[in-house]
Amino acid sequence: MPFLSEIFQHFLPETILAVGVMTLLLIGAWRGDKGFALVDELAVALLGLAIVSIVLSVKPDRSVFEGAFMDDAFARFMKVLSLGAALVSIILSHDYLRRAGLEKFEYPILIILSTLGMMLLISADNLIAFYLGLELMSLALYVMAAFAREDGRSSEAGLKYFVLGALSSGMMLYGASLLYGFAGTVAFSGIANAVSASAPIGVVFGLVFVMAGLAFKMSAAPFHMWTPDVYEGAPTPVTAFFASAAKAAAVAVTVRIVITAFPGADQQWRQIIVFLAIASTLLGSFAAIGQTNIKRLMAYSSIGHMGFALIGLAAGNEIGIRGVAIYLAIYLVMTLGAFAAILAMRVEGKSVENISDLAGLSRTNGLMAFFLAMLMFSLAGIPPLAGFFAKYYVLLAAVDAGLYPLAVVGVLASAVAAFYYLRVVKIMYFDEPAPHFDPSPLAVRAVLALSTISLLVFWIYPTPVMDAASVAAKSLF
Amino acid sequence: MAAVLFYIFATIMIGSACVVIFARNPVHSVLFLILAFCNGAGLFLLAGAEFLAMILIVVYVGAVAVLFLFVVMMLDVDFAELKQGFAKHLPLGLGVGVVVMVELGLIAIGWQSAPNAPYAAASPMLANVSNTAALGQILYTKYAVFFEASAMVLLTAMIGAIVLTLHHRPNVKRQKISDQNARTRENVIEIKKVPFRTGV
Repeated sequence: MPFLSEIFQHFLPETILAVGVMTLLLIGAWRGDKGFALVDELAVALLGLAIVSIVLSVKPDRSVFEGAFMDDAFARFMKVLSLGAALVSIILSHDYLRRAGLEKFEYPILIILSTLGMMLLISADNLIAFYLGLELMSLALYVMAAFAREDGRSSEAGLKYFVLGALSSGMMLYGASLLYGFAGTVAFSGIANAVSASAPIGVVFGLVFVMAGLAFKMSAAPFHMWTPDVYEGAPTPVTAFFASAAKAAAVAVTVRIVITAFPGADQQWRQIIVFLAIASTLLGSFAAIGQTNIKRLMAYSSIGHMGFALIGLAAGNEIGIRGVAIYLAIYLVMTLGAFAAILAMRVEGKSVENISDLAGLSRTNGLMAFFLAMLMFSLAGIPPLAGFFAKYYVLLAAVDAGLYPLAVVGVLASAVAAFYYLRVVKIMYFDEPAPHFDPSPLAVRAVLALSTISLLVFWIYPTPVMDAASVAAKSLF
Repeated sequence: MAAVLFYIFATIMIGSACVVIFARNPVHSVLFLILAFCNGAGLFLLAGAEFLAMILIVVYVGAVAVLFLFVVMMLDVDFAELKQGFAKHLPLGLGVGVVVMVELGLIAIGWQSAPNAPYAAASPMLANVSNTAALGQILYTKYAVFFEASAMVLLTAMIGAIVLTLHHRPNVKRQKISDQNARTRENVIEIKKVPFRTGV
């Protein structure tokens, strides 16, 4: 029996978040909404502390709590991504919430609770831990989607997300029960043992149900229906959180389940992943063409990007998983930067969300136009920006694994998708100027600038991300 | 004896579940739902899972179903209106339902577990320890971290319910006992001299 302190070393970021969020809740309950600024700042500090505790740790990989959670390099990599995205979402939200009259101390608390769920989800090593983490993450997300409760669109988004999310959770639980019924154990390693000999139709059925639930959470086609409506209706900083942290966690757990629990059924899960990848990349590139609202555009864009991340997973080898890890890191930076730009779109104190509102931005606000153009180029995957390398590594892995048709579809889809990203650039640089945007707060400008700069820096100095991703991928095999 | 009881419980349960769906009056639906839960608890007892039987009665009948009953009786929902689209969507819904049922049937017929699944699933029962005590012994030791995680889920649900529904109305007069106790004759009574034959 190992000492508890030894176990908690491997559970430190979760412990920090759990204890911290309860403290913040007490502060908030005591101070009321007057304490919003304090709770908000402490929440950022808490997430920062959790990141530091992961980055500074040098521990061997280890499974804790009787095989409930796995603390390995892959989990640490993905946790840093989720925590970082959550941190940036809180920083971005402050000004928006103040202007929208939504300064409730529960907002940062819900973000931290959701992030705690992501932590549990990312390192889950059995089905119970997986389900609890997923529910903790989703429950907080449902509430946050409806956070602007006076706004009909936000309430609608929350309700839609909740109803469909509950349905997908139900399907996933049913699948999990079939997996348990087959293997007689909830541990991923036990399922892997049971499946290694043979994978009869029943267990594949369970796998399909679980994958359907996961595809819903990461909004991969054909389980993407909720995404544009929820992204459009939810308050913009909440959408940024949805599109970044939540996706990273969902992809991470999908990778962990198929790689650690189903190595013996790789034919079966590869079929599912390849289908999801093709459907998502195609839908993400074609359905976005007609969009006029930039949040809806980002929703379809995120569906397409999830498709690309799944291309790396379809390869199913170490290079592929490394590609997924790099892809997610770069995707998060691009998405958060793009949402910072959307948050900066404010005319006379009101948020505007139409792409046409960006018209002529190069003349009214040249710097923002430049940053946003760089982000769009990167999202489209145009070299030498980081978005190109992200796509390059996953496609490389697909070719390496002999999945040529998948790679071809990926390249074609990204060529189509480039159309609507470049259209945004064209509108910004060549159309007649629309009304001038208000000056945006420092935090939003800083996130926009930093994300763009880091996309450029990745081209010159990719080593830290590449190395971390390689170590992360290696730890799964 | 057990077999007879099983069929009694199972028949009543399925029957009342059907009434839940087909009853015109929503209050009757909820009452039959409670009946279904009670019979489900009986089935759990027969299977030797007395803790689940208790939980089903305490939580589902005692809390959830009663809450349903309140909601149905207090909310002014026009159920006739809700059922309007029923006939229109019936063929599609029925089609999907039948397809899923056939698929599940095929899975159930061809079901096979992994060879070592029964051994993996079995856990030795200690002698002289009741079902409930045995659950408690692992819930607070081996699965303590899941217990805590579930607590966080419930905390999130509480916070969410408060965030989404609590309204602070500005003009509501509330009783403040400390203010009432702090009232003195000096600061609440104003004595006016009223001149004769004029008002204040």
